[in-house]
Amino acid sequence: MKILVCMSVVPDTTTKITFVENNTKFNTQGVQFIINPYDEVSITKSLELTEKLGGTVSLVHVGLTENDAVIRKGLAIGAHDAFRINAEATDGQFVAEQIAAFAKDKGYDIIFTGRESIDYNGGQVCGLVAELLGLPSVNIITSIEVDGNTATMTRDIDGGSEKLSCSLPMVVSAQKDLCEPRIPNMRGIMSARTKPLTVIEPISVESFGKFQSFESPKPKASVKLIDPEHPEELIQLLRNEAKVI
Amino acid sequence: MSVVIFAENSEGKFKKGVFEAATYAYKTANKLGTEAKAIVIGDVNQEDLNKLGNYGISTVLKLNTPSNEFHTQSWSELVSQGFKTMQGSVLIISNTYTGKSIAPRIAIKLGASLATNVIDLPDTTNGFVVKRGSFSGKGFAFVNLSRATKVIALTPNSIDLEEQVTTLTVNSETIGTQAPATQIIGTSKTQGKIPLTEAEIVVSAGRGMKGPENWGMIEELANVLGAATACSKPVSDVGWRPHSEHVGQTGITIKPNLNIAIGISGAIQHLAGVSSSKVIVVINTDPEAPFFKIADYGIVGDAFQVLPKLIAAAKASMSS
Repeated sequence: MKILVCMSVVPDTTTKITFVENNTKFNTQGVQFIINPYDEVSITKSLELTEKLGGTVSLVHVGLTENDAVIRKGLAIGAHDAFRINAEATDGQFVAEQIAAFAKDKGYDIIFTGRESIDYNGGQVCGLVAELLGLPSVNIITSIEVDGNTATMTRDIDGGSEKLSCSLPMVVSAQKDLCEPRIPNMRGIMSARTKPLTVIEPISVESFGKFQSFESPKPKASVKLIDPEHPEELIQLLRNEAKVI
Repeated sequence: MSVVIFAENSEGKFKKGVFEAATYAYKTANKLGTEAKAIVIGDVNQEDLNKLGNYGISTVLKLNTPSNEFHTQSWSELVSQGFKTMQGSVLIISNTYTGKSIAPRIAIKLGASLATNVIDLPDTTNGFVVKRGSFSGKGFAFVNLSRATKVIALTPNSIDLEEQVTTLTVNSETIGTQAPATQIIGTSKTQGKIPLTEAEIVVSAGRGMKGPENWGMIEELANVLGAATACSKPVSDVGWRPHSEHVGQTGITIKPNLNIAIGISGAIQHLAGVSSSKVIVVINTDPEAPFFKIADYGIVGDAFQVLPKLIAAAKASMSS
């Protein structure tokens, strides 16, 4: 079993999001970066699969050298090796083109992505990579078992869930319920230092579009407090003032 | 060229998001000086099909399939073929689980620019710029889609419905696709529940409810208001409620008209997933709870005291 996990590096979930340079760039000042939580789940599930069935788990990341420390955390969780495609990740389509070009001749049985990254929330890379490679894709899975050349999965659908099977190779995106992410232990942290992290130069990709600017949510007016003894006033306000019920 | 929606159906009926997509398509088509059209896959209730004409759709291409079963690859192929048949330039898809699955694959097939999580009409004055949710609700991005063909996944509850009656033409066609790569073994749908991502009203609760045995009041309020129920991450982590109800940065991002949050203090990760709610009500014993800072209405009080009265008031109001 040869598994590739696409790994994104994102701001810590507690980060206050602000923008600089006339709102054209995300302000990275003082921000701690982490493995995208859904990708952390993907790494752990990939390790569980290879521990049961044999095989290797590789990480691939599109980004610059400052992300190497976060990639090493992925190796500390247990991934066997990592590849960094040396380019700024400008959007999901660019990232997917890079990953597909890297993966196309490597013979991966399963390519994992997170259901989305928690920064740009595109949720695109699973489907884009699959289509570029001509592979089936299953989006937002909450369980996976592999038997021989077939994977059986559960995926979220609108209003419920669905159990389905698919032949390998395939591309899947992980929902957080897939497993409990592992925390690196000291042995993992030590061994991650010597695991291979190979830097690859990017391919040339024609632009699909460009992030022009960003905006913060508008500040809210002060809360209107209602007497807890008279919550019926709230219902009246929701009906007559806010007009939402 | 035309602006085309993929009108996804659920057991033969359209959900509100389809009519939002139609409204979006009609307004975008107006900006571009063209028509709004729709692609439908499988059997759809005729009454619902006709409703597309009430939201500015002039032509429907109904693609016949052996079954209504959704398969990502084959449906991506069908929608792409239908879009080409209709000479589309912009494709609008609801950002549902189905939409999230097929939009990227279609974008590659069409060589299109792709934008997901779109929450507003495009600005076409200088290029084609869409506004999309980013940073899990903590920011918005404006993206200029440079390819001639564009695929847009529209977040439900982002666009107000606007009726625009047009004469509707329906064409049927059969397009062959490859056998599906996936085999569906079984489907489990939560009967009678409103999916969180589509809900107009959400009643959410947190650890302040003290235990899963107290959720009856939450469900009762939700039933009275026709709302979906949700919870904070700690609540789903300890198993009081299913993970599918977890809203927040690493759960589901919601955008309802009304979110009533009960016994949730409002950690930054939770607020990220709910801050796009149009109106927020917070009920909490702690007046310093961060959630009050983004709330429109608040009650500082004990949920166990407030909820019975609130449910009674809601029942009286909804029946009047």
